[in-house]
This record gives sequence, structure tokens and C-alpha cells, in this order.
Amino acid sequence: MSRAPAHNALFWLSLAICFPLQMMPLPPALLPFKPFWLALVLIYWALEAPERVGLGMMFVFGLIGDVLTGDLLGEQASRLCVLGFIVLRFRPRLRFFPMWQQSLAVLALLLNDRIFLLMIHAFAGDPLPAPSFWLAPIAGALAWPWVFLLFDDLRARLRTHDG
Amino acid sequence: MAIARNETSPLFADSAFGTLKLIVYLTVAIVMMIADHRGGYIARVRAGLSAVIEPVYRIAALPALIGNDARIVLTDRSKLVEQNADLGRRLMLAEATLNRYASVQEQNQRLQRLLDVQRSLGLGAQLARLVEVDPGPFHRRIVLNVGSDDRVGVGQAVIDATGVMGEIVETLPHTSTVMLITNPSQAIPVAIERTGLRTIARGGSGGGDTLELPTIPISADVKVGDRLITSGLGGVYPAGFPVGEIRTISNDATGLFAAAVAIPSASLDRSGEVLVLHEIIDSIGPPDLAAPYGPPADLAGDGTTTVKVPKP
Repeated sequence: MSRAPAHNALFWLSLAICFPLQMMPLPPALLPFKPFWLALVLIYWALEAPERVGLGMMFVFGLIGDVLTGDLLGEQASRLCVLGFIVLRFRPRLRFFPMWQQSLAVLALLLNDRIFLLMIHAFAGDPLPAPSFWLAPIAGALAWPWVFLLFDDLRARLRTHDG
Repeated sequence: MAIARNETSPLFADSAFGTLKLIVYLTVAIVMMIADHRGGYIARVRAGLSAVIEPVYRIAALPALIGNDARIVLTDRSKLVEQNADLGRRLMLAEATLNRYASVQEQNQRLQRLLDVQRSLGLGAQLARLVEVDPGPFHRRIVLNVGSDDRVGVGQAVIDATGVMGEIVETLPHTSTVMLITNPSQAIPVAIERTGLRTIARGGSGGGDTLELPTIPISADVKVGDRLITSGLGGVYPAGFPVGEIRTISNDATGLFAAAVAIPSASLDRSGEVLVLHEIIDSIGPPDLAAPYGPPADLAGDGTTTVKVPKP
């Protein structure tokens, strides 16, 4: 399958932009609402272009995220692997969900991710986080339609541009 | 890749393969996490990759930087003048107090010489700015724009104008990470200013901007509103800096201790500029032996009574 270089650029750029976006500071009141951008973008590409993102890709991007945040090496990598596995497994169904159902599915995925993260930190001996810890998946689910529409639109534009 | 064949292959053909891959990757990740948790390898990886990491930090901090600059540019002129006048007044007050303190310090040094006290309060401090990035919800940390190239090292204390902020836990060439005192895994030796009671303050486990004092003796004299200062034990934080103020006191779960919650006095979430302290004043461990009293050993006389004078 031959891809236009513009598509490649979009793919890599969209993932590269996630890292600064994830570390970007917000006013303290908004901070708990920051979605897991890398997960959202990787879910999108796993749904739309699964030949590009396998579990290995998820793992590598997770590792990059770990090194950047300096938290625990392998934490984001394992989270994204779990996430990616579920998305790739249910991809044929997820793809044809209407938008609101897809958002709900993303909410479930991100909640699952939060539980997994909590498990990791419980094993590491960290105390339970504040209740606002659970707000980020909701923000992620609300952000999902916009991420989806944005990338779909960008890809459609690139396609007509190429064609 | 196996998934690309989805259209042609039967629906569940490669699911076993996918599961196997998941297990392999998860195992690798878990091994890495355990190794990192025990050995802290991530610090070494990050030190090696600092040339990549630091630009990402700077990029992530860019919007906040632009926002701050824009706010300065767009601020009303009259407001700036007002602020300037206010700062001038405050500086005058601070200098007046400082002048008084200078004489007090002079007096203090004289008294210390009289008492032969070894330690001094000489402090070297270095100004640093916050790099505004958010390193995740779990660990309460901030990032500073000074690093090992600026001779900042792990273990140095970080303060702002109003109190203690935390301790440097990681340095890259031009960036360093500070663990705040509100981090639950961080403990800081404090003393209650009013009574001198020494205890330990830990980061609040609720995740908020609070400190916990879990082990205060029931009989101790502690009141709401008491100010906490660093006690200087432990060797990281020099003695006498404000840490926080006690807000609530209750019994702990066992009923053997009183537990207090304090609010940090440093503005942990909105400090723009901070000070990195250079010198650790008190050496760790017991003080040196006092010089022995009595006449010098060579005058100790005729051999009937030999007094051995230990040299310190």
C-alpha cells in the first residue's frame, strides 16, 4: 500500500505533537481535565490505519512518553499496549459505531487505562490519588469527537490534494 | 504486520498471535518497571537523552511563556505604575527590616563567638526560573531552568520568598526536577516555631496542596495556626525556614498520636522564580567533641597523677 508522503507527515506530526501537549501546563483548576492525548491519537490511528500502529508502535511511543515525563520506565508503554490491544481487537466494531457510541467506548478505554495506571502505582507503593484523578477520562471522551473529526478532515483534504 | 491482513483473513485467525504479542510486551514493560523502581535506571536514560528531552520541555513551556509575555505586554500602564509603586514600598520595608537584621546578625555573630558555636548561617543561593511543564498527576514535581551545568546538584533545597518548596531530585544539563514538599513520598523535618517541638511533615496523601504531621505526641502543645519551620535535622533543609501553618488537628487512627494537617507557606503552584540553596549548613551526625577543660597536658606535672587529655 503506497502512502503519500503528506500522509506520513501527518501521522508522525500528530504523534510528535502529543508529547509537548501532554506536558503543557494548564491553570490548576483545569489540570485534572487534561486528556491522555497520546492515547487518543493512537486510538485514532489504530482505528483508521492499523497497518501503521501495531502493539510495537504503541510500546515504543509509550517508552518515549516515559522518558520524557521521567516517571516510571515502562508505565505508559504498558498502558498503551493494553489500550492498543483492546482497540485492535474490537476495531471492526468500533469503526462503525456512531460518534456518541465511539465516545463512550473511548471513555471505557480511558477509564480502564486509569484503573491500570492506579494498579501500577499501587504496586509501586504510592498512595491513592485525589478524586479528580478520574476526571481526565471524561475529558478524553469529550475530546474524542473533535480529535476524530479533525484528523478525518485533515486526511480528506490531503487525499483530494493528492488526487 | 498481522493486522493488515484483516480483510482477507478469517476474523479470529490472528487473535492468538496478538495476545501472545501483548503478553510479551507487557512482560517486558513490567520487567522494566520493576527494574526502574528498584534501580532508578530512568534517571540514567534521561541523562543520556537530555539533549532531546530539554527541547521538548522548552517547547511545552512555550505557550505559558508566550502567555506570560502577552499578559505583560497587554497590562494596563496605570496598573504597572501602581504595581511598581507597591513593589517599591515593599522593597523599602524589606530593606528597613534587613538593616535591622544586619545589626542583629552582627550581635548574633559576636554572641556565637563568645559561645564558641561552630555553625554559621552563611547561605549561598542561586536564582532559578520555573519551566512550566506538567510532569504528570502522580508525583508533585516542578521543573527548573538550571541544571548540572549551573552546578546544581541532587539534594539541594529549593525555597521561594515565603517558604520551603522542595528538594532537587534529578538534574539534566540545563534543567532540574524538584520534588515538592507536598509529595506524599517526601518527608521534611520540621519544628513548631512556638514550642520548638520537633516532628516530621509529609506530603498530604489526598493529593492536594497539604502537609501531614502524622506523629505528634498526644500530650504535645500544638494549636491551630502554629507555624512550622525547618528544624535543620537531616541535612537537606537548613534550619529556620518557614514550611507551613497548621490548619486542623485530630487523632490518628491508632489514637496514640495526634495528626495535624498544615498548609505550605510557599506558593507551590504559582512561584515564578525560586532560590536554589547551595550550602548545606549542618553536617549530618553528632556535633564534635567539646574541648576538655583543665590545664594543658604538658603541665600535668610530676608523674603521680597522669591525666590523658584526648585531642578532638
